[in-house]
Amino acid sequence: MTQRNRLTGGLVDQSNPLNFSFDGKIYQGYVGDTLASALLANGVRLMGRSFKYHRPRGVVTAGSEEPNALVELRSGGRQEPNTRATTAELYGGLDANSQNRWPSLKHDMMAINDRFSNFLTAGFYYKTFMWPKAFWEKIYEPIIRKAAGLGSLTGAADPDLYDKGFLHCDLLIVGAGPAGLMAAVTAGRAGAQVILADEDFRMGGRLNSETHQVGGMPGADWAARVVAELAAMGNVRLMARSTVFGAYDHGVYGVLERVADHIAIPPAGKPRQILWRIYSKRAILCAGATERSIAFENNDRPGVMMAGAVRAYANRWAATPDQNIAIFTNNDDGHRTAADLIAKGVNVPAVIDIRPDAPKVEGTELLTGAQVIGSKGRLGLTDVSVRLASGEIRRISCGALAVSGGWNPNVHLTCHQRGRPTWNEGLAAFVPGNSLPMGMSVAGAALGDLSTHGALKGGADAAVSALADLGITASRLVLPEAEDAPIRLTPFWHVSGTGRAWLDLQNDVTVKDVKLAHQENFVSVEHLKRYTTLGMATDQGKTSNMGALAVMAEMTGKSIPETGTTIFRPPYTPVSMGALAGRSVGKEFHPTRLTPSHHWAVEQGAEFVEVGNWLRAQWFPRKGETHWRESVDREVTQTRNSVGICDVTTLGKIDVQGADAAEFLNKIYANAFAKLPVGKVRYGLMLREDGIAADDGTAARLAEDHFVVTTTTANAVTVYRNMEFARQCLWPDLDVQLISTTEAWAQYAVAGPNARKLLQKIVDADFDLANDAFPFMACGEITVCGGTRARLFRISFSGELAYEIAVPTRYGDAMIRALMAAGEEFDAVPYGTEALGVMRIEKGHAAGNELNGTTTALNLGLDRMVSGKKDFIGAVLSKRDGMNTDDALCLVGIRPVDAKDRVPAGGHLMAISGPVDAAHDQGYVTSAAYSPTLNSAIGLAFVKGGGERMGERLRLVNPLEGIGTLVEIVSAHFVDPEGEKLRG
Amino acid sequence: MIINHPLLGPRDAQEFTYLGDAALINRPDWTSENALREFHDYLHLRDNPAGEHRELWFHEQGDRSWLVVTRNTVTHEISKVELACDVARASGRSTGRDEGQVA
Repeated sequence: MTQRNRLTGGLVDQSNPLNFSFDGKIYQGYVGDTLASALLANGVRLMGRSFKYHRPRGVVTAGSEEPNALVELRSGGRQEPNTRATTAELYGGLDANSQNRWPSLKHDMMAINDRFSNFLTAGFYYKTFMWPKAFWEKIYEPIIRKAAGLGSLTGAADPDLYDKGFLHCDLLIVGAGPAGLMAAVTAGRAGAQVILADEDFRMGGRLNSETHQVGGMPGADWAARVVAELAAMGNVRLMARSTVFGAYDHGVYGVLERVADHIAIPPAGKPRQILWRIYSKRAILCAGATERSIAFENNDRPGVMMAGAVRAYANRWAATPDQNIAIFTNNDDGHRTAADLIAKGVNVPAVIDIRPDAPKVEGTELLTGAQVIGSKGRLGLTDVSVRLASGEIRRISCGALAVSGGWNPNVHLTCHQRGRPTWNEGLAAFVPGNSLPMGMSVAGAALGDLSTHGALKGGADAAVSALADLGITASRLVLPEAEDAPIRLTPFWHVSGTGRAWLDLQNDVTVKDVKLAHQENFVSVEHLKRYTTLGMATDQGKTSNMGALAVMAEMTGKSIPETGTTIFRPPYTPVSMGALAGRSVGKEFHPTRLTPSHHWAVEQGAEFVEVGNWLRAQWFPRKGETHWRESVDREVTQTRNSVGICDVTTLGKIDVQGADAAEFLNKIYANAFAKLPVGKVRYGLMLREDGIAADDGTAARLAEDHFVVTTTTANAVTVYRNMEFARQCLWPDLDVQLISTTEAWAQYAVAGPNARKLLQKIVDADFDLANDAFPFMACGEITVCGGTRARLFRISFSGELAYEIAVPTRYGDAMIRALMAAGEEFDAVPYGTEALGVMRIEKGHAAGNELNGTTTALNLGLDRMVSGKKDFIGAVLSKRDGMNTDDALCLVGIRPVDAKDRVPAGGHLMAISGPVDAAHDQGYVTSAAYSPTLNSAIGLAFVKGGGERMGERLRLVNPLEGIGTLVEIVSAHFVDPEGEKLRG
Repeated sequence: MIINHPLLGPRDAQEFTYLGDAALINRPDWTSENALREFHDYLHLRDNPAGEHRELWFHEQGDRSWLVVTRNTVTHEISKVELACDVARASGRSTGRDEGQVA
């Protein structure tokens, strides 16, 4: 296997070969290669197809700005589309495929698009798919969807772990080029806590790609020495393969560390990537600069590359796209590429410089005042046409063209907090503006200091100054000797001509498209971007935005800074969804809260339901039961006939203590609490300040200055939050303290005629459970099972003689087992949330379906509870007009006239005859269940003026399901309307 | 964002729950003659300034303090953080017992 375009030297280990495959063919590269450098070394220029026209494309850059060389990396669940070959570090067995082509990269059927390029210009979609309207969904969209996109996913789950991490530092340095390294060593030696992050796997930035000497040694060697010194410092953390992708508020930075992207499979238990959140006191942006191109006709052929990238491939990776490379430039930096290539033995047939006064270059022909006007080569460049200063056209044979249009400072992160860059005439580029993110400074090429000396000095100065802000004195180090060449450039953006000249290679936007946008008056940068899709691809226009701005400026006759820039937003480069999700995937998407009886319920074979984060037993199937209704009906019947036990721990519990606790609750609840005696429980209704019902529950007074409030499971968090708001913000001088004790107590409902008998076996003998001693709505602090602390509440959600017993959570498992053992003689059943729901509907108790954020106390039939004599949350606005009309919705029960009919929740109620529409709506069903007690479907419903309409028949309709059931309005209290059972 | 909690020092904004305008502290007197109008305005009318804004944050994942944070809504710069109970007291709120009494 020969690597025909491999040069000598470089920072790759040529004694350490690696095999890899691209489109199924096996190649060889070296440790230190990227996929792009290895492919170039193997003579592969064609790496992909373009997005819209499916034009053959090759690699253009040597970094994360790459628009063209996107591949599908790996296979199966690890397959990753749109991976830049320029940043994919080579490893043995790497497996990559080209994308957006069929059947193969060399023969792509969709290349037909290129023939129709006159139609596929900017705004094509907007103009073409307007009519007929009905075609959009069935015809246009499916075709567009099929043709759109680049890479593909396998649909298999990603098997790898992604983590999140948090770091704090005095100084975060973004980028480890000359400026970043100098800043880091200055700060590191001063003892500051420093993090140095760089997206590359080898720190050093451009020093690794240039032949300049730094401090009397090759720049890459100097960088390696500094990195070694930093690595030995305990106060410096080096983060290679780590992209700082976003600058957020108050010195917070988002960083993606690719921990294991450079190996085939992450080691067991290790994450593939880590999303870091770095809290920095100060940050220095040393992100360098990105080279820009010059547009000319057919400038998108494989082999047309950035000059700095060609130089980087030759110097760092010992790879060249061809043995014959011409240069096209408007500035002196392009000449460096010529010199370095010649030094590496690559033939440079000519340097084409648009400047009439370009300086001389050794070893090649210099064509001054000349422009490249076209190129040839279907799957790769074969030659370019050059218009000489004399007007004569010359063809130059070359397999690659290195283009340099100047360098753009990487200002992106300076703009993440809405900062705007300013224009620098000398560089013909935007540089960081004045409004930087809090704590950020900029140094080196990112600031517009493009010389090595300028970067080293800027980095050192920025570190000294940032640390001085923090009260840390850093000594100024002696700067190593380095080149300090001035910038000599004549701004030049595109060669005029009639053919297509590419600006945005990834989204296939040409100079003509920008001109068309101008012609159609999309002249604002933001409109230009959206109309042409310029800069909207995964590279976010790093190599193309400036060129398009310049063309637009030319068309409008404005300057480039007047034309403006679009806003840079995070992320700087793409961040995978896996990293953003971290460990919060699948079952770990949110925490799972288990009730104290969970393990016992699992042993019983319970079915569980998610209620918020909680898992609650839904029902407990028994052997032979084939349908959930059988289990639920049995649980309800057995509870009503004997006794049932249910875990109600998930209800919110708030401990309220203090001399003013009663006064405080009086302000929280709509009904009165001030005079509730010790040892009693009261049902309470909470309103929102706008008068709508918020939540309901009970408050038990355990002592003069001690209450326990319960809330619904769903509202536990918000009720607590609102109570703290009332305590701290509204009545700060009330002597009251709150704490959430939801998870501190395991609580079980024991309900049914035998509930007392069962509890007598659990509650210690000195406590009298007799009805007179402990009547309905009593509460008390007791002991159970021979001295274990417990609380007992005589409250009933089911309508039965019922208690709720609470023990500290650590006794929860023992308590459910003790209760079930004590209940054996009564055939006690455990019941789940379904039976709980059936029984509360049978009893007519409101729950979440009724407290749905639109209902008032009047709607719920609780209006008499609302006090008119005191202040409380919602006191004033619950009395406003419209809340208390005579025809207001009122909670009632409904029963089908034919007991066999279903009652669907959500159905609406209409008069028996007449139209079925919103104007004739009589109300709606909120909760429905099959009642085994009544042998009928039943429901709770809100009906207009429902309290006065008992016995009336209505039609329950659900047009979606074709239901129109005859129902009768009845009392919501289907079971024991007088409440004799629960008081017994 | 980082909120400099007066008791706990700098904390990540992710630990907090946001409510809104700190004017919600100024709950009207329920016995006032214009109570209905005052409660309507209190509940529904808010300023939405581009610039300095006093707002309520709840340290839900922390010590459960309500804070009044003075934040620039344009730059997110936080210039002041106070305990809401201190702000409430300073604006004359206490136990609510004096409400409805003739001054």
